[in-house]
Amino acid sequence: MRPHGFWESETSMAVYEDWSTERAAQVISENRHLEGATMPILHALQETFGFVPDPAVPMIAESLNLSRAEVYGVLTFYHDFRREAPGRHVVKLCAAEACQSVGGKALAQYVEEKLGVDMGSTSPDGRVTLEPIYCLGLCACAPSALVDGQLVGRLDRDAIDEIADCFANGKSFGDA
Amino acid sequence: MKSPRIFVPNDATAVACGADRVARKLEAGLLARGITADITRNGSRGLFWLEPLIEVETERGRIGYGPVKPSDIEDLLHAGILHGADHPLCVGLVDEIPYLKKQTRLTFARIGIIDPLSLTDYKAHGGYRGLERAITLGPSATVEEVVESGLRGRGGAGFPTGIKWRTVAAAPADQRYIVCNADEGDSGTFADRLIMEADPFCLIEGMTIAGLAVGATKGYVYSRSEYPLAFVVMEKAIEKAREAGLLGDNILGSGLSFDMEMRMGAGAYVCGEETALLESLEGKRGLVRAKPPLPAHKGLFQKPTVINNLVSLATVPVILDKGGKYYRDFGMGRSRGTMPIQIAGNIKFGGLFETAFGIPLGELVYDIGGGTASGRPVKAVQAGGPLGAYLPTHQFDTPFDYEAFAAKDALIGHGGLVVFDDTADLADMAKFAMEFCAHESCGKCTPCRIGSTRGVETIDKVIAGEKREQNLALLTDLCHTMKLGSLCALGGFTPYPVLSALNHFPEDFGVAPKLPAAAE
Ligand SMILES: Cc1cc2nc3c(=O)[nH]c(=O)nc-3n(C[C@H](O)[C@H](O)[C@H](O)COP(=O)(O)O)c2cc1C
Ligand code: SF4
Ligand code: FES
Repeated sequence: MRPHGFWESETSMAVYEDWSTERAAQVISENRHLEGATMPILHALQETFGFVPDPAVPMIAESLNLSRAEVYGVLTFYHDFRREAPGRHVVKLCAAEACQSVGGKALAQYVEEKLGVDMGSTSPDGRVTLEPIYCLGLCACAPSALVDGQLVGRLDRDAIDEIADCFANGKSFGDA
Repeated sequence: MKSPRIFVPNDATAVACGADRVARKLEAGLLARGITADITRNGSRGLFWLEPLIEVETERGRIGYGPVKPSDIEDLLHAGILHGADHPLCVGLVDEIPYLKKQTRLTFARIGIIDPLSLTDYKAHGGYRGLERAITLGPSATVEEVVESGLRGRGGAGFPTGIKWRTVAAAPADQRYIVCNADEGDSGTFADRLIMEADPFCLIEGMTIAGLAVGATKGYVYSRSEYPLAFVVMEKAIEKAREAGLLGDNILGSGLSFDMEMRMGAGAYVCGEETALLESLEGKRGLVRAKPPLPAHKGLFQKPTVINNLVSLATVPVILDKGGKYYRDFGMGRSRGTMPIQIAGNIKFGGLFETAFGIPLGELVYDIGGGTASGRPVKAVQAGGPLGAYLPTHQFDTPFDYEAFAAKDALIGHGGLVVFDDTADLADMAKFAMEFCAHESCGKCTPCRIGSTRGVETIDKVIAGEKREQNLALLTDLCHTMKLGSLCALGGFTPYPVLSALNHFPEDFGVAPKLPAAAE
């Protein structure tokens, strides 16, 4: 009688591995056979380590027979890829038009206050990273956010309070 | 006795509004009562204001309850929803809800009805009839069927899909590709996402037909990282199709080979532009390529490539199934068939509304969408995403049609509408459009890269009242330069939201409104 036919959306506070060249080499070799492998490799590395540290650049370059500059160029072009470790929690708040039309800006200010972190940065204690995102496709249930990988629609102050409480207790939002 | 079937949607909107918790609560509630029921995680019907919308299959049809909170479950079970009992959250027979009833669902016929990952469900609702017919027709007749349908690319530019396919089919090559543009970066749009999450086999079938039509054996879907659930569903669906012999070699005994893969973007809006997307797929920075050569001649890895929007490709199965003529009989003028219009923003009944072209904008906002969620007067609608114009209420008689919108200096784009109430500040929105362009510019051309940053500064000065007339003249000039001097529509179309805001809402910029006669 389990709900069937589908996945249960998998969400949790991200747990990343510590950087190791061996592990990175493994991740790279698992993906290098793909056509145009650079993006899949960068995604896979970021999924493993939470970010793509600089030592990965020459490794990718060598594996794909590219110049370091090319790999570096790709890594820095895309907004998603990080070169530094994110906070233990990551909140991405939608900043696009539909979310603005229902008070997204004021809400963003409230999130900054509540979580004690400015948009686009990580709190000094490493607890939380807050970033803008441009549309999650939840525009009919705006405002929206992605909190530790969990989609949140109809975001309001109560939900933000709940999120802040979860973080303060070391829990991931939606674990409850 | 057959155990009752209950549906709890599992698309991103429903999940974002708590559907997973609702499903868990329902499961526990049934277990506690010793009731055996079949909980199916379907897609959404696209009536997003009702999500999570539980549906129960009864003798009368599917009865809906929504929007359901986890805390409502006990009460609902107590009331007897398994028998379709009445309850304050009951919305009656879902098929009879006017929002659904008024639609013409061709591309989205199955969404919300079926279990997205059940091939049995898919086939029971007409799935794979299109491919079977395409196999019978053969490649060139399949292309001509799409030409006849009048289908124009739903990604924004509105280029005829059949003509694009003809070009690719005719280009000499040892390898051709089908690329599905599922980057859907526009605010206010979610049609691509909904297909991937609620009816993924429809896209797989559409891409397979495209492969057959032009002689391509490999397809890629480039989807955004902002759509994590869509990616998971698509990967599972591709796997299932492969297991069932619907992807791979000798599909349906036709001798045809076609396989496909998912690829994920990385948060760059410009990668929705087709050539930037191809660069990204090749593993490079998403810099826009100059055209020619067209992707149809030299696309992915320099091979002839069909690059189509997701909705364009997902519309192909129904065209092949019912015929090009059937499809083209919907619509008006040169805008043929149906369009999934996505109603979002400050709106009471936000969701997906598929209908034939030609419906007036105001009808969509007021009659279908129910006006603003805030209950305040509507001020403007931005149509066609961040590069689209803001339309004021006095233009609400504009029919939803490519040419009619163009005549108002506006775009249909990907069919998204974002509604704003009278608290919106259009000077602020104009500034945001420039900021967005600056943030997302690929950097290849100066008008877009530098112009957008100067645009933000200039609008700031206008708002601050600093040499207002001169700065307004400068802004208009800048827009003109961006329009004419940009390589792609990111820089080239940003003037649409900016100038429409300025022309229709001058008072927000601190400028006296023009006389009504001069405003048109
Ligand atoms: C900046 C920019 C962003 C775009 N984003 C998308 C997008 O997200 N999805 C899409 O299908 N087309 C997008 N397009 C249009 C594509 O370049 C292209 O016209 C389309 O994918 C062709 O498919 P179609 O003929 O089926 O519409 C974008 C264009 C530009 C200039
Ligand atoms: S207009 Fe902007 S995004 Fe488009 S090619 Fe030029 S710089 Fe790149
Ligand atoms: S604009 Fe925020 S989810 Fe689309």
